[in-house]
Amino acid sequence: MSLIEGRTGEWEIVIGLEVHAQVMSDAKLFSGASTAFGAEPNTQVSLVDAAMPGMLPVINGKCVEQAVRTGLGLKAKINLVSVFDRKNYFYPDLPQGYQISQFSDPIVGRGDVVLDMPDGSTRTVELTRIHLEQDAGKSVHDQDPGHTLIDLNRSGVALMEIVSEPDMRSAEEAAVYVTKLRSILRYLGTCDGNMEQGSLRCDANVSVRKPGGELGTRCEIKNLNSIRFLREAIQYEARRQIDVIEDGGTIAQETRLFDSDRGVTRTMRSKEEAHDYRYFPDPDLLPLTLTQDFVDRLKAELPELPDEKKARFMADLGLGEEDAGVLVAERAVAEYYEQVAEGRDGKIAANWVAGELFGALNRKGIDITETPVPAARLGGLIDLIADGTISNRIAKDVFEDMVETGRDAAAIVEDKGLKQVSDSGAIETVVDELIAGNQGQVDQFRGGNEKVLGWFVGQVMKATQGKANPKMVNEVLRKKLAG
Amino acid sequence: MAALTALTIAEARDGLASGAYSARDLASAHIEAMEAARALNAFVLETPERALADADASDARRKSGAAGPLDGVPLAIKDLFCTEGVRTTACSHILDEFVPPYESTVTANLRAAGAVMLGKTNMDQFAMGSSNETSHFGPVVNPWRRSGDNRPLVPGGSSGGSAAAVAARLCLGAAGTDTGGSIRQPAAFCGVVGMKPTYGRCSRWGIVAFASSLDQAGPMTRTVRDATIMLGAMAGFDKKDSTSADIATPNFEAALGQGVKGLKVGIPVEYRIDGIDDEIAALWDQGADWLRDAGAEIVDISLPRTKYALPTYYIIAPAEASSNLARYDGMRYGLREDADGLEDMYEATRGAGFGPEVRRRILIGAYVLSAGYYDAYYLKAQKVRKLIADEFAAAFGKVDAILTPTVPTAAFAQGDKIDDPLEMYLNDVLTVPASLAGLPAISLPAGLSGDGLPLGLHVITRAFDEDTLFRVAESLETAAGFTAAPGAIV
Amino acid sequence: MTVDKSTVVRIAQLARIRVPEADLEALAGELDQIIGWVEQLDEVDTEGVTPMASTADAAGLRWREDKVDDGGQPDKVLANAPESRDGFFVVPKVIE
Ligand SMILES: [Mg+2]
Ligand SMILES: [Zn+2]
Repeated sequence: MSLIEGRTGEWEIVIGLEVHAQVMSDAKLFSGASTAFGAEPNTQVSLVDAAMPGMLPVINGKCVEQAVRTGLGLKAKINLVSVFDRKNYFYPDLPQGYQISQFSDPIVGRGDVVLDMPDGSTRTVELTRIHLEQDAGKSVHDQDPGHTLIDLNRSGVALMEIVSEPDMRSAEEAAVYVTKLRSILRYLGTCDGNMEQGSLRCDANVSVRKPGGELGTRCEIKNLNSIRFLREAIQYEARRQIDVIEDGGTIAQETRLFDSDRGVTRTMRSKEEAHDYRYFPDPDLLPLTLTQDFVDRLKAELPELPDEKKARFMADLGLGEEDAGVLVAERAVAEYYEQVAEGRDGKIAANWVAGELFGALNRKGIDITETPVPAARLGGLIDLIADGTISNRIAKDVFEDMVETGRDAAAIVEDKGLKQVSDSGAIETVVDELIAGNQGQVDQFRGGNEKVLGWFVGQVMKATQGKANPKMVNEVLRKKLAG
Repeated sequence: MAALTALTIAEARDGLASGAYSARDLASAHIEAMEAARALNAFVLETPERALADADASDARRKSGAAGPLDGVPLAIKDLFCTEGVRTTACSHILDEFVPPYESTVTANLRAAGAVMLGKTNMDQFAMGSSNETSHFGPVVNPWRRSGDNRPLVPGGSSGGSAAAVAARLCLGAAGTDTGGSIRQPAAFCGVVGMKPTYGRCSRWGIVAFASSLDQAGPMTRTVRDATIMLGAMAGFDKKDSTSADIATPNFEAALGQGVKGLKVGIPVEYRIDGIDDEIAALWDQGADWLRDAGAEIVDISLPRTKYALPTYYIIAPAEASSNLARYDGMRYGLREDADGLEDMYEATRGAGFGPEVRRRILIGAYVLSAGYYDAYYLKAQKVRKLIADEFAAAFGKVDAILTPTVPTAAFAQGDKIDDPLEMYLNDVLTVPASLAGLPAISLPAGLSGDGLPLGLHVITRAFDEDTLFRVAESLETAAGFTAAPGAIV
Repeated sequence: MTVDKSTVVRIAQLARIRVPEADLEALAGELDQIIGWVEQLDEVDTEGVTPMASTADAAGLRWREDKVDDGGQPDKVLANAPESRDGFFVVPKVIE
């Protein structure tokens, strides 16, 4: 728990998050229009999404499955009966004049998310609930000074609202929580986690209190669309609240926006008339009922999730906590690593993936799915080291070549003639010449100056362009120098 | 050609089949009648060109031997049904000149059956009203008049234009919608047959929503047989409506001619409320006798929560409506009032676009759903609704059908009740219970009042047992032998 | 009086309906009368009764398959728009 220093002593931040995760589905929650990102305005809008008179919602079964899989992945309770309610309010990008959401009976109940903190400790954040709801359309405010432009392509896209308990105590924990949640959703394939495109948005409920004291009044900061903004917004907001209170003021419960340019939060200017959403069960939709068999089937089909994978990598492949953590964060990386490690030394494979490969990907600014070196080929390179065909040092050069050309390691070693020389005859010839031509160094060694051996090794390597098997070079030198 | 407008749908079907006349003849005769009767204000939009085009297409289909069950039959469509390329307003200013780029499932089904559309009929704004006086296009005049009294009477509502058009022989049948009695009450006031099917029998897709858990489309015709034919074409499972019943549509017409021998018909004692005209109470007894004579067993039953149905309805329907009508905000279609700023535009547009009764119901709905009142009003009403539905279920353990009057009174004069909402709401006191329980119900003309106005009897049966409903209605229709027609059409 | 002028002002704001000052008094009276009338439901004992939202409940919710079979019709979507530009609906400036 990290406390903030104030004039009147230390303060504790209390954070609860509402994450809106766009469900991965081809069609919208209640219509057959596409959910694809970036289309021309109003081209992915059904007459249902535009709330034309007499249009009716029909639920997309895939979205239901995705919500249930998400609940199962987060070890949460699945409610076999849930209800869709109407949340009534007026906004130009809300065509129906209400959002179809789940209020009293959500599809997923309590669950939890385990956070691995950088200091190696773990924290558990309890999930309150997950419910399905419709996204609203997009309002464009900056195109025209006097008007707002409305695009309904997003209108009706399925969202999962994932609500946490106020269990987080620092911006860092909040960031780790969202990162972990994102990782699990991506493993499940229920949300692509793309924050730039808005498929994952956070609302942060932030309050401050004296450590262990009773909860302070919270402010909700809406639509934080990057982890950096989430951190900055929470830090700013906590400090703001502490200053207000320490200056003798009180915190007004309100909705605030984060101004990422200025790094500050501000009250939403829109009239904060006391919200009265008049929730009631949507009479166009009957209760959503699931069978236990259906839930069990989805459970049986769940992929291995990061926590389990990490444990397995540590137990079966001998990886340390940190390497394992890095390798499981992204499903694609974990799968790549597992291919490389298949039938090889797990630690060596981990070093190559987390070291050389990540380095190369970073330099190229691409991610694992675009790697020029397929897992099988990196494995092939590691095999060449294992069987003594090339040395570790040569291997690094070969890898660079693979990154540039995408070629197979063996082929590169062949063409460039990088096979290491392990033929004692060849090495002895070189050593004999050296001894003959450097009597001085020979005498020093025989006089007991061990260091000179290193000089001899260097000379042999030079003569063989580094291809001589280091181990053999040492043996031959010692034998011959002993005279 | 006047004769052609006096036909029933069944007769027209035979005449068209035998080639006695063409669909174009029928359409022309009705277009003529429609134009001659404009003083009734039954239509808010006449579509004669469309009618003739539909008719010619129908005649062509018939030549090729591919005629549907309603081929060439001229119908009127309530303006609550969205009709592709044809202005649809729900008779509210807020929809302004809205032209749907889609066709409601029910009207699409009617077209597929070969029906010819004459135009869109007048109605109470957003189907909220029982006299057709809340229409943005002005009231509809009931083609009936009290003998010796020429004051214009209301046709009932909300499907007042449809009822008047059928009664005045301006169409062979009309599509209506019923939320608490909007088909059955105007049918009773205009001396026609009006039927509300089981909730879920007809798709709600493309029908401007009033109260989603209650709205149902249904036929308005001059005979029970015509109602079976028309409902057969309107009904059917629709995957675009999550509340549509995935159940086969029977051949309703085949249920006719079986009589009521052996059926048990219940008479709910609690429906004998004060405020029921003596003539209507007498007609009710008469109806029971007719059914007894036809071989049915008449049983007294008790539906004690009946008296709470109306207040329950006036919490649930406005609550749903307040949310359903939120989409009329001036942003994407319909009326937009000039204003300075967004909030001002919302309030100006919705303030100008909704009539007084719609405004009243939206406000009631917002109130009963608002923080602190939800449990006391909305939730309470949902619980009472359950008790009412359970009561019907219990009653149908003893009887096969329930007989009641449709409305406590005959048609009243324009202006009589429009300034007293509660007085107006009482029109639906006998039709609302079946709506809350989602049950099929029908009103048929069974007699005339002393001053010559049509009076209706009302039958309710089990969910999805429209067959029995039509059997009982046919038996009453035969016994009543109601042949009266409105006098001078204006 | 359950519904007074201030109540009408509040719910009219919630419903975004402008009510002319001149109508407030009468409207409050009408709504109060109607609300007072529906309150007769208090006589009904609903202890332990499950609220009924729809008579179709028994059926349970039907699912659509995840297929893109709609959209691609901006012309239809915008056909009735009071104001539109470059494929967008145009509305008054929204202040966040
Ligand atoms: Mg939220
Ligand atoms: Zn949400």
